[in-house]
Amino acid sequence: MHETASRTSPSFAPTSWMSVKAPLTRLVFHGDRTARAAAEAGFPIASADEVCRARVDGDRASLWLGPDERLLLAPADQDAARIAAAIAAALGAVPHAIVDVSHRQIGLEIRGPQATQILNGACPLDLDLSQFPVGMCTRTALAKADIVLWRQQPDRFHVEVWRSFAPYVVALLNEIARDYE
Amino acid sequence: MMRIPCIVCGLRDENEFTCGGTSHLVRPAIDASDRDWAEYLFFRDNPKGLHHERWRHTQGCGQWFNLVRHTLTHEILTVYAMTESPPR
Repeated sequence: MHETASRTSPSFAPTSWMSVKAPLTRLVFHGDRTARAAAEAGFPIASADEVCRARVDGDRASLWLGPDERLLLAPADQDAARIAAAIAAALGAVPHAIVDVSHRQIGLEIRGPQATQILNGACPLDLDLSQFPVGMCTRTALAKADIVLWRQQPDRFHVEVWRSFAPYVVALLNEIARDYE
Repeated sequence: MMRIPCIVCGLRDENEFTCGGTSHLVRPAIDASDRDWAEYLFFRDNPKGLHHERWRHTQGCGQWFNLVRHTLTHEILTVYAMTESPPR
């Protein structure tokens, strides 16, 4: 007996500075230097070895989360199982872990001239462009929620937030943004 | 609030970290006395001054590392890898 999980994208009222991003395929990849290099045959930007930086290749991205941990993003129409299989095939017997977390998280886009102020209302990172340049990504805390913050443009951020934390994060950001209306 | 220099990511706020307690505790031999095991498991120094401790950048890169902190001023003097010996 099994039930098919039905998943719907959460709906939050978009604002001038925030919107929910289209669903993505997400994989967390763990592996050492050898594994990361080998994984590139299955996902060409898997290694992304620069600390706290994202690598982008067309519509795919690889986000550095830790020395041996990457978050791989692709459009939702690229099947997670097929990407995982391609990486596993490239790695063979090299020890690694690859986990489909597509539905664990949702993506939020925070944009506009107030984006850094709104994020800084609940996140203490220095978001000045000199300290957090375009292309930088990191796991961090937004108030009580674990997030991955990725700066895609000087005034545009991609925020990965766990699905169950999303109502809290969205409500909090809306509250903070009232100061800037 | 402390600012902690993660060995990988650089300076971050304390709330991204988890403290793992005193570093460099040596596990006794399996046949050590109850007193030695009790010492290892339950007793810790509580120095007023320099303290070697383990921290993990939990809401960041996830790495464990060691640091030397002054317990009175919270000044962090050194950060070093888990595999390194404490600096003299």
